[in-house]
Amino acid sequence: MDTLRKSNLFFLYLAINLILFCLMFAHASFKKETARGLIKEKGEMVRALQLTDLCLFTEASYTRHLSQADLHTAFQDSPMSLEHFPSGSLVGPPPGLRKINGKMD
Amino acid sequence: MGKWIERQRNIIDFTLSSLLRRKGKNVALVCVYTFVVFLLASVMFFIHSIKKEASIILKDAPEMVIQRMIAGRHELIPTGYMDKIKNIRGVSSVKPRLWGYYYDPVIGANYTLMVPENSDVHAGNIIIGQGISRARLAFEGDSMEFRSHDGKIIDLEVKNILSLESELVSSDLVLISEDDFRRLFGGSKEYVTDLTLHVKNPRELSTIAVKIAELLPDTRIILRDEILRTYDAVFNWRGGMMIVILLGALLAFIIFAWDKASGLSQEERKEIGILKAIGWETSDVILMKFWEGMVVSLSSFLVGVLLAYGHVFFASSALFEPALKGWAVLYPRFKPVPFIDASQLATLFFLTVVPYTVATIIPSWRAATVDPDSVMR
Repeated sequence: MDTLRKSNLFFLYLAINLILFCLMFAHASFKKETARGLIKEKGEMVRALQLTDLCLFTEASYTRHLSQADLHTAFQDSPMSLEHFPSGSLVGPPPGLRKINGKMD
Repeated sequence: MGKWIERQRNIIDFTLSSLLRRKGKNVALVCVYTFVVFLLASVMFFIHSIKKEASIILKDAPEMVIQRMIAGRHELIPTGYMDKIKNIRGVSSVKPRLWGYYYDPVIGANYTLMVPENSDVHAGNIIIGQGISRARLAFEGDSMEFRSHDGKIIDLEVKNILSLESELVSSDLVLISEDDFRRLFGGSKEYVTDLTLHVKNPRELSTIAVKIAELLPDTRIILRDEILRTYDAVFNWRGGMMIVILLGALLAFIIFAWDKASGLSQEERKEIGILKAIGWETSDVILMKFWEGMVVSLSSFLVGVLLAYGHVFFASSALFEPALKGWAVLYPRFKPVPFIDASQLATLFFLTVVPYTVATIIPSWRAATVDPDSVMR
């Protein structure tokens, strides 16, 4: 019974996965096309309202407007408060600040 | 060719039987391996999608933002600065921005209040983001109370709610008229939060920035390029979530290293010895081990990547949600757009499948080159 060989089952498994992989790329491509209009709409809102940042983390001003943060934001709550918001551990400081602060690090 | 394929199939048959003999250990290995690939691929998909979307959306951000700094802190900027900046050659327009934060004690959330430049937000009305609407259960026609700087309560009617699709940029926004903004926060009409600037020739941007810095030394300038670079660099490998994920990868690596670095088990050595004794070549043994590595790592890779895709783009990164939400009450509900490409997956493939397969072959090659008699003893 050639069809029941383990290698056949393995190749069948690989083939199913590869088909799913192709479907994954097809889905991604389809979604990108359909999202084009929505992304444009967001861009228009950014232009109309002159927005500078994404609304990802709203708990503190320096995580809400990442590009507008200043050097003192990390110390604004108490002397030992280096960072206490979880999102502060997800995102790094803006590169511009790191450049200014380079000599102190 | 047919003979070559038949040989590979025979070896794969044997390899799979051999793997199934140590079912428990190998299933555990595949599960951990799949989980590591799943985590790494999820992070990769999520970060890449956010970065890509940010880079497209924020291309429309102001070319330059000018903020006043006093004692190292951002302060309101006098509108008189606009005239000084307009006189700089190459500047096409300077616009004031009026925005600020409002802490709502009812739900314990921070809103971003903004006065739109050209909008039909009249005094007494507001337009709110979806996040606020959800958290405050405020809908069109409802009124929301705000406490002003002098302690008075101001009632504003929700005129409209910003679209669900724009949540990534507008979830916590409250668009308000200038009169209401001034009533809420006080302050003189001669001051605004900051200024935005457009130039005639984008190549002159840095020259104009230098001129502004010389003319108005108490200002700081944020260029659009810096905003874009911020979002490109902001999710970097130093982040806490990355460390947590890498810890998982490290744990898997320890299991893997323990399994492989200790060499082959006595049973596996004996198996190689018997195969050699019954006439297998060293190359056959290596081929068998190559397929063993491929079966384990390729299966884990394929399933891990597919699961990661489902997790990020269908389940909105449910596993990362607690970390992404942080302490925020308002959190945008958005599904990342699947910006994936083959090079990302190729990188992941070479980082996961290739090292495992190579590491499987080397101890077997060492065992296969030893005399079968001494291996079996």
